[in-house]
Amino acid sequence: MTEPDKVLLTLQVNGTSHEVAVEARRTLADTLRHDLELTGTHVACEHGVCGACTVLVDGDPARSCLMFAPQAEGSDVRTVESLAGDDGTMSDLQCAFSANHGLQCGFCTPGFLMLAEGFLAEHPDADREEIREVVSSNLCRCTGYQTIVDSIQDCAERRRDAKETSA
Amino acid sequence: MKPPPFTYHRARDVAGAADLVAELGEDAKFLAGGQSLIPMMNFRLARPEHLIDIGGLRELSFVDAGPEALRVGSLTTHRTVETADLGTGFDVVREAMRWIGHLPIRTRGTVGGSLAHADATAEWCLLAVLLDAEIVVAGAGGRRRTIAAGDAFLGFYTTLLADDELIVEVVFGRPAPHAAVTEFAERKGDFAVVSAAVDLDVGSGAVAGGRVALGGVGPAVVRVPEAERVLQAGGRACRDLFEACADAAAQAVDPPADGDAGTEYRRALVRNLVIRACEEAVAR
Repeated sequence: MTEPDKVLLTLQVNGTSHEVAVEARRTLADTLRHDLELTGTHVACEHGVCGACTVLVDGDPARSCLMFAPQAEGSDVRTVESLAGDDGTMSDLQCAFSANHGLQCGFCTPGFLMLAEGFLAEHPDADREEIREVVSSNLCRCTGYQTIVDSIQDCAERRRDAKETSA
Repeated sequence: MKPPPFTYHRARDVAGAADLVAELGEDAKFLAGGQSLIPMMNFRLARPEHLIDIGGLRELSFVDAGPEALRVGSLTTHRTVETADLGTGFDVVREAMRWIGHLPIRTRGTVGGSLAHADATAEWCLLAVLLDAEIVVAGAGGRRRTIAAGDAFLGFYTTLLADDELIVEVVFGRPAPHAAVTEFAERKGDFAVVSAAVDLDVGSGAVAGGRVALGGVGPAVVRVPEAERVLQAGGRACRDLFEACADAAAQAVDPPADGDAGTEYRRALVRNLVIRACEEAVAR
């Protein structure tokens, strides 16, 4: 059996440029995990239903299991590893998930964090109903979702308060 | 699962993409947003030997809201349409977007991909059929032609497109100020069990005609002439008229029974959803 053809790609992930040679069928999720060793992005259903693999592609939440790696070339990809500071300080969104018990086992959390990160950037004024609507795209088998919605709402409110105070 | 291997090609322009697919033959597929094709490949239900990635063809990503017509490029994402200014009389198009999957699907999935995939409950197929849209396609050798949406969808995931053709844009030729789309699905974001869309001709509180389209009642999206005749006969825009229209629609269709729903259940959904769509449409 011959070695499958590989494609040489330059991927922009979390502000860093990476060169990888992968099979074209390699999903973005698997490329992030296996080739770039960014294992914060989790993989569960592999057909776009669960949202565990959600990352930001040019700022928009996207399922990284429903993208082949070559499709990400030329785009700016952000994973959960981009949220915390270089010294490991958690972002306000991560702190809100911690404070509101927005996770239990934590497997789905990277997907929810990136979904919320992308959504709140575009909709800083989102209300609880809008947050519920967006969160319906991802599955969590522990929390029952209420605390995830609480976490995202808390983060949004804190950001709004901070903006008001500084204005 | 993991998708089967394929050879990846990146298209540089529309003409090149069409020529390449003609050269590679029927084992080649276009890859747009991939939100239908990649799940099918991950399930190994689809095993194309070649994928021609047209995602980089920026000239196919546009929304052109003119006074008479709305033109949407085939690589425009659902999310772009959802947040775009579509001009007067096309609110129904924007509002239909929220029924498509979830936000992270809508950021990648495309108008042309959805039309070409031709799921029997696809919102873009429903809109195109309801509003008599025209689908502009490009083929090998620089060939172009326009397909009326009413002729485009032949059956299960089957369209009038030839193997070497790709959709370049969809044109909605007339505003539809009193139109609405509604659906029922088991869970938020799921494929609809049944979807219904109406486009009413309304003047001074009376209905003087209209169009009715349904998804999920057969192999492809359909118009329902029996229900449209009720609207054509006209009358005051009230619940009685909408119920008569919905009854006609429910009697006209012979929906399939499958794991999601039985025939009679789907028929009941048709009735309820047509009434709901009429009420939403007339309230605009």
